[in-house]
Amino acid sequence: MLTLECPCCGVKAEETELQAGGEAHLKRYGPGSSDEEFDGYMFSRKNPRGVHFERWRHAYGCGKWFLAARCTATLEVFGTYPAQSKEPPAELQAKIKAKRPGWEGWK
Amino acid sequence: MAMKRYSVFAIAKEAMSYHQGWERAWRAPAPKRKYDVVIVGAGGHGLATAYYLGKNYGITNVAIIEKGWLGGGNTGRNTTIIRSNYLQDPSAAIYEKARSLYETMSQDLNYNVMFSPRGLLMLGQTEHEVRGYKRTVYANNLQGVETRWIEPAEVKKLVPIINIDGPRYPVLGALYQARGGTARHDAVAWGYARACSAMGMDVIQQCEVTGVRSEGGKVVGIDTTKGAIDCDKLGLVVAGHSSVLAEMAGFRLPIESLALQALVSEPIKPCMDVVVMANTVHGYMSQSDKGEMVIGGGTDGFNNYTQRGSFHHIEETVRALIETFPMISRLKMLRQWGGIVDMTGDRSPLISKTPIDGIFVNCGWGTGGFKAIPGSGWAMAELMARGASPLAEEFSMYRFREGKFIDESVAAGVAH
Amino acid sequence: MSTRLQKGGRLIDRTKPLSFSFNGKRMRGFAGDTLASALLGQDQMMVGRSFKYHRPRGVIASGAEEPNGLVGLGQGGRFEPNQRLTTTELFEGAETASQNHWPSLEFDVGAINDRFARFLPGGFYYKTFMFPRFAWKHVFEPVIRQSAGLGRVPQNRDEDRYEYAYAFADLVIVGGGIAGLAAALAAGRQGKRVWLIEQSAHWGGRAVVDAVQIEGTEASDWVKDAVEAIEGMENVTLRTRTMASGLYDHGYLLMYERIADHTPGDGRPRHRLWRMRAGHVITATGAIERPLSFAGNDIPGVMLASAVRDYVVNWAVSPGDRTVIVTNNDDAYRTALALLDAGLVVPAIIDARPEAKGPLPEAARARGLRVVEGHGIAKVKGSKRVTGVSLCVQAGEGAELETISCDAVAMSGGWSPVVHLWSHCGGKLIWDEAQAMFRPDAKRPATGADGAAMVTAIGSANGILNAHEVLADAHSAAGGKGAAPGAVCGEDAPMMPVWIMPQGAGPALRMKMWLDPQNDVKVSDVQLAAREGYESVEHTKRYTTLGMATDQGKISNINGLAVLSDALNRGIPETGTTTFRPPYTPISMGAIAGEARGEIFQPLRKTPMHGWHETHGAHWEPVGQWRRAYCYLRHGEGVHDAVNREIRNTRNAVGLLDASTLGKIIVKGPDAGRFLDMLYTNMMSTLPVGKCRYGLMCSENGFLSDDGVVVRLTEDSWLCHTTTGGAERIHGWMEDWLQCEWWDWKVYTANVTEEYAQVAIAGPNARKLLEKLGGMDVSREAFPAMEWREGTLGGFRARIYRISFSGELSYEVAVPASEGRAFWDALLAAGEEFGVMPYGTEAMHIMRAEKGFIMIGDETDGTVIPQDLNLGWAISKKKPDYLGKRAQERSFMASPDRWKLVGLETLDGGVIPDGAYAVAEGVNANGQRNTQGRVTSTYFSPTLGKGIAMGLVRHGPDRMGEVLDFPVDDGKVVKARIVDPVFYDKEGEKQNV
Repeated sequence: MLTLECPCCGVKAEETELQAGGEAHLKRYGPGSSDEEFDGYMFSRKNPRGVHFERWRHAYGCGKWFLAARCTATLEVFGTYPAQSKEPPAELQAKIKAKRPGWEGWK
Repeated sequence: MAMKRYSVFAIAKEAMSYHQGWERAWRAPAPKRKYDVVIVGAGGHGLATAYYLGKNYGITNVAIIEKGWLGGGNTGRNTTIIRSNYLQDPSAAIYEKARSLYETMSQDLNYNVMFSPRGLLMLGQTEHEVRGYKRTVYANNLQGVETRWIEPAEVKKLVPIINIDGPRYPVLGALYQARGGTARHDAVAWGYARACSAMGMDVIQQCEVTGVRSEGGKVVGIDTTKGAIDCDKLGLVVAGHSSVLAEMAGFRLPIESLALQALVSEPIKPCMDVVVMANTVHGYMSQSDKGEMVIGGGTDGFNNYTQRGSFHHIEETVRALIETFPMISRLKMLRQWGGIVDMTGDRSPLISKTPIDGIFVNCGWGTGGFKAIPGSGWAMAELMARGASPLAEEFSMYRFREGKFIDESVAAGVAH
Repeated sequence: MSTRLQKGGRLIDRTKPLSFSFNGKRMRGFAGDTLASALLGQDQMMVGRSFKYHRPRGVIASGAEEPNGLVGLGQGGRFEPNQRLTTTELFEGAETASQNHWPSLEFDVGAINDRFARFLPGGFYYKTFMFPRFAWKHVFEPVIRQSAGLGRVPQNRDEDRYEYAYAFADLVIVGGGIAGLAAALAAGRQGKRVWLIEQSAHWGGRAVVDAVQIEGTEASDWVKDAVEAIEGMENVTLRTRTMASGLYDHGYLLMYERIADHTPGDGRPRHRLWRMRAGHVITATGAIERPLSFAGNDIPGVMLASAVRDYVVNWAVSPGDRTVIVTNNDDAYRTALALLDAGLVVPAIIDARPEAKGPLPEAARARGLRVVEGHGIAKVKGSKRVTGVSLCVQAGEGAELETISCDAVAMSGGWSPVVHLWSHCGGKLIWDEAQAMFRPDAKRPATGADGAAMVTAIGSANGILNAHEVLADAHSAAGGKGAAPGAVCGEDAPMMPVWIMPQGAGPALRMKMWLDPQNDVKVSDVQLAAREGYESVEHTKRYTTLGMATDQGKISNINGLAVLSDALNRGIPETGTTTFRPPYTPISMGAIAGEARGEIFQPLRKTPMHGWHETHGAHWEPVGQWRRAYCYLRHGEGVHDAVNREIRNTRNAVGLLDASTLGKIIVKGPDAGRFLDMLYTNMMSTLPVGKCRYGLMCSENGFLSDDGVVVRLTEDSWLCHTTTGGAERIHGWMEDWLQCEWWDWKVYTANVTEEYAQVAIAGPNARKLLEKLGGMDVSREAFPAMEWREGTLGGFRARIYRISFSGELSYEVAVPASEGRAFWDALLAAGEEFGVMPYGTEAMHIMRAEKGFIMIGDETDGTVIPQDLNLGWAISKKKPDYLGKRAQERSFMASPDRWKLVGLETLDGGVIPDGAYAVAEGVNANGQRNTQGRVTSTYFSPTLGKGIAMGLVRHGPDRMGEVLDFPVDDGKVVKARIVDPVFYDKEGEKQNV
């Protein structure tokens, strides 16, 4: 039963208020992309046992989507940040690196 | 390595010596340096793959490598439902193959897996669902899967404890597979392990894979916590941990790992002789031979490797089942648990070649893998031995690229 | 015999006698009794039968760990099987019945299994019952099922109610013994929001039974003062009868409060399920005493030593007149002394340790008790009740040296901390060699959202058994300032692990040593599992069913895995434990479901006209959480007739459909047009203000996901209609793209579905009806098809869309939701002279099918793309991109072999069954019959007087006139011709009048 802090409204949201949205920072491939690119974007998602960047929507709250960095093995939440981010904030990356020295980075 | 046969006479004989004479069900060998085939994952699917490699193709220089204990993953955590009333042809084919193999599994393995073809109902509770199931019945009849649509009165007769009158979701009928049922999940793994061991295969437990070695795009072996093992062919059959193994081998799978939960009640005397699935309200239930009501819940929506799910799914499931079976309100939940299921983009499995020559995957069974075990092993063995299998044909990992999905959710069914 | 003592009993109130029954026999107890103490007080030692061998079973324990004492409690809608005697408070009139026997508890036919026990070792069923093949289902399984199971099946609907509650706390302390109380005092003084919960009805735990001295007073007085002090703290909440059943991730603690189990029918909810979010959890859950494994240790009268003490001290119940103590530790001597204090006889204390020289054994000796060192029990005598024990040397093989007659045995094999909550979320354990117990490893706790420890174990739950040290541990764990409360409790000498008694027992004895008395798992069964290679503790558990009983192995697991480790010649920590899973003790399904049952099982959404439908014969159809009228039944009318009547009336006069459930989403902003062009397959940015356009939406995977009419309201705002089931999903979908992909686009969305009531007015008289209401020009000239107007209609603020899903002249009118019912009534009143009649969803479905309009969910099923439905006209060729476009370019989606939409007409005019498939020649590689199409919608058309259908057929549109075979039931085949899917008014004259 997760709790995630919604970076938009600041509420520490219960899992039942949230909707999970899968891997974050996906690049969308539209017409003109190769079959491999499109397949990678749609289906071959990252599924690490460890640090995972993912999308959540505060569905039964402020309605906003946001992003979270979470460990899929311990369910520790390293932080949440706005959906309108090209990459995880630097300080969040540093925090994860400190907690998980073997972490290979978000890309 | 002939194994001592199990029978009532053997029990009677051993009883005279206080059962001191029983031998190990399977050997506990150290790994050899090289095998023709290595299967990673000694769950039902991995063991069945090995078994049919030996039985159907005479390939017995096989090791089955297991990180923990054999049968300790999803094989021993599911709700043991067996059915083949799937809509799409490729699914119906492999699940029906599996169901038919379950019919004779106890005799084939000389191990009582307690396959109980007690009948299975999928309740239609909305007009939409009714139409979907009627469609499934027609599809099944053409696929050689015996199912029929039954009216509420017959549902009530088969399941006296059911409430068919709603108020919110009255039962409008059911998709009935009389030859569906349950089996004893652990016994399936144990029976296969015993049979594999008797064929000379090595079941190696407590042995974690730490690396996958390939040369020139072809697999040559694996590294494990018990040393390096070479092989010509490698089968990865590790359910929720498939992505981790694929990563070691250098490719990515269209898989997400999610937690799925189940629970049992305290045991009571027999009260339900069939398996009932109520998909509109998201609950399914059967009664174990021990008397517990075995109840399946839903999956979490987020990636999870903890084997712990969120409690609100349990609540939703129990609510739905109290609506369907009001008497369970006075029963108590004895135990709840979770497993990690591997979900693909269309919720159908992968039995497939991979970008690395000689590596095959069998995964993506999601919430419904137990019922497929013998069929899955049969198809995977054929694919590994011959390079192609009609049963596995449509389950290639490359189908997503072509847009050729096997989507079972279309008939309002869920993939349990 | 077991009996009620004349004096004592700290928990009972002798001034309040209560009567109850057991198997129909009237019995008496006192307020404060548990069912177990009341039954023992009436000499009812045997209370049930075991699971497998149907052996007689008596109460072993005094708390949650009890494996045997289970009864059916209550009657009718309050009957509950498997109620635990030791944790159920006695109430006036309680009706109890023992379980798992036939015909009676005293004489049970199933006990024949016990005679054949030798042939039924652990896992025997895996080795037999295999021939003949069909015998398992028809013979063996039914017999096994009937013999297994425990409680009777409840027959009635539950008469009780249940509720949920929510709470948040900085700290939850679980367990109201002295550890929990000391922690609550310390934490409460710091001003934290603290909860202290206790599963039983009483505070104090074991210390009050053991007469520990705390801060110079009796433990019971200290407890009373502590509870009072805590009650005085506003920031601390105390709850008894509340069990922490499970700890889940991120501090989610499930707490099960048994409000009215002891006052059934008093109107209060029976149970309350607390969903607590705890900043931190302290487990002060105590420890559970372990039995010893000796032959006959399952015979009624053999009990845990601590339980014997509890019954004497708490309830003034003596389990026996002569009680032999058998132990491997000092604590059991407290039981001996308590029995002496109560005036009972202790013939001997059998201590497996070579010598017992601690203060407690000395005290026992000083009071004249016989202490037999280095010995064990060879055998317990008796069948339904202990009659004596024979002694043997612990280090030997079980030669019987002496028989002592007794009617009870109090055993103690040491203590196991209750580590369930600690472990639920991944907290790890370490093996404490000295105390022979698994206890929490403080270095590896369960972690929370922040990655830090979220649980701390204290007191005996932390493996600390000495009261003085318990208090210190509790005080410091809760961050207490100053000195911890001190206790005087005497020092116990070291225990000695004893896993079987005697150590060298042979197979015959080991077959009589029970580990799990409910499931009938014996030492020999675990050894057999080990011999056969079921080496993992999980394998052994599953092979033998050890620890799978209703007590989940609370008293049996450690002994079992010690026996397993010994058989495998490896250390206990290497063997490890099975996984601890919630709940700690079973919790009612009723509580898990809470209030949500019956009509409010799920939220019910109602349109403004819902009440009218309800009172006018609506035959409901659930659609999402809405209920829509499938049709309106008139007196004596069947569903089919009603649907046909509604269609004929709409086609010939005028019909009304409550369309309020349709999704309505406003999309507004400078980039709204651009956004909608990405969302829909067709072009929406070019739609002129004042006009409507039918649009299709696909998933990014290319499949058709929703459809509806899009309305251009103003230069920068559009109104998107969705399907009934699609409103929330599509709104979420829009927000997803706007927030996560095109976040720099200036677009706003609002789901206004419930702001409006919407009515479709369809039929040749539709215009007349609106004209009669008056206020807006609805003439053909002023208001053409696919346009919309806003104005006042019959006094209602209305927006009218001239769109038709029925093929008739049709207006859809939206009014504010608050005026919906009045508007509906006005339509019915004004329409009377024009033959107005509401129609339901089925009439709507049939009429749209007559017109060849697709329905999301019928023609689509998640595998269908717009191209399959000949909807190419609604797919813009000009747009470089829309959601789903790339996906539709994939090879299988672009294949000419896909099944495409056609109409189907049976040769005999009948109706093709829903979902039927059209077969093709031959079979596929898996032996399945080849198919070439299927029916997607099929109806009897009352308008045309024959069956009509739509379907998807390979190359269908190129095969007009061909006849397909649809095999249906009983070997019959329906023949149907491929036709144009528009069956009615192909030119569209009726809707354009």
